[in-house]
Amino acid sequence: MKYVDEYRDGRACLDTAEAIKKITTRPWVIMEICGGQTHSIARYGLEDLLPPQLSLVHGPGCPVCVTPLEVIDKAVEIAAKPGIIFCSFGDMLRVPGSRKDLLSVKAQGGDVRLVYSPLDAVKLARQHPDKQVVFFAVGFETTAPANAMAVLQANALKLPNFFILVSHVLVPPAMEAILSAPDNRVQGFLAAGHVCAVMGYAPYPLLAEKYGVPIVVTGFEPLDVLQGIYHCVQQLEQGRHEVENQYARSVRPEGNIEALKVLAEVFQVVPRKWRGIGEIPGSGWALKEPYLSFDAERKFGVARVTAQESPDCVSGQILRGLKKPAQCPAFGTGCTPEHPLGAPMVSTEGACSAYYRYRRHEGRLLDVAKQFSPPRRQER
Amino acid sequence: MCLGVPGKIIKIAGEEGLFRTGKVDFGGVSREVSLAFLPEARVDDYVIVHVGIAISRLDEEEAQRTLDDLAALKGLSGGGAP
Ligand code: SF4
Repeated sequence: MKYVDEYRDGRACLDTAEAIKKITTRPWVIMEICGGQTHSIARYGLEDLLPPQLSLVHGPGCPVCVTPLEVIDKAVEIAAKPGIIFCSFGDMLRVPGSRKDLLSVKAQGGDVRLVYSPLDAVKLARQHPDKQVVFFAVGFETTAPANAMAVLQANALKLPNFFILVSHVLVPPAMEAILSAPDNRVQGFLAAGHVCAVMGYAPYPLLAEKYGVPIVVTGFEPLDVLQGIYHCVQQLEQGRHEVENQYARSVRPEGNIEALKVLAEVFQVVPRKWRGIGEIPGSGWALKEPYLSFDAERKFGVARVTAQESPDCVSGQILRGLKKPAQCPAFGTGCTPEHPLGAPMVSTEGACSAYYRYRRHEGRLLDVAKQFSPPRRQER
Repeated sequence: MCLGVPGKIIKIAGEEGLFRTGKVDFGGVSREVSLAFLPEARVDDYVIVHVGIAISRLDEEEAQRTLDDLAALKGLSGGGAP
């Protein structure tokens, strides 16, 4: 298909990788922000094409991975109530909460439904006026326009039985949190193309300047990712730290103006806790005043839940680029996609799951593990 | 969840504003999506669709420029240029 096939051309990928090798003279650590990019890197084996001095670390851009445990627990609690149709993207159903996941609520008779879009949940609310329909609104700036639109549609249709459980997260504050951490290793970023398609990339020059890191807005096909890496390495080698747009076919500097208007109308910026990372100021969106009646947390008065993470899961370090999945002692043993201990093993965009699906049989994974693991951890 | 997919608009429905929708073809499978955020999008345009909403229109010229840049890199890696 147009706009897909030409960016998956194997020959061109090899040529681009060759060009990257040519310009790489020193070791560099580059982080791709988005789980879609992580998936592409694992699926097409892009790391194997790169010179050994380059390390790609996988960022926190998997919405399933960073949604806090407490929010999963709240979802589980609401979904189990009678008279509720609880709608969610498929990925969220299997994320372990502290006691159970949404799929087990469904197995125990809860009306939990998988939808493709929040707009489908609005349709369900119209079709079932006798039920309360709740949509689990998680995700980044890419998913938020659809969720904001769902609220505006429900508002226009005067639906009294549509609610959203919101836990939106924002990318630029997370990038800043990673860069400002004392143990940060990231020297350059591939910014998330579709986040920028919505938001534009106005906040990035400031980040690039303040932390001296190149930021290349990058797409998702293998050639996009390789070209993004090329531009990032080129800047690093030349000592530059600018913002470049590799994904100009989809991303305008100002973003999508119509979507931005609706987002500003429906959401306000709030501090948000990230699973595995902790609270980051100004890193989330919640519903704004005129739309609070759509807030599922308010409506169903979910109690404060205190949540317990699995002690074996090192997802926090993985999401900050400090560790690779294979360095987790539970990877592929205690933790698999069938029985995930942590969220990054659930979603196909999660680094642990991407590695498990595409790379677990490779000897190189073990080498990577040896190279990075502190010895004590490995002995377990 | 976060995977946006390109597709081609094959039909635009009547409604405007919040409820503007269209049929988008994803390499053989078509689906109704919201076009509310792309009031300028027309039939035959390619768009990126994310969870049922088109979030951006693909720009043909920019797409070509990206491919041209890649071709130029090949020239570099081929060994001719500096
Ligand atoms: S492999 Fe499983 S337990 Fe280990 S970090 Fe990933 S999700 Fe957590």
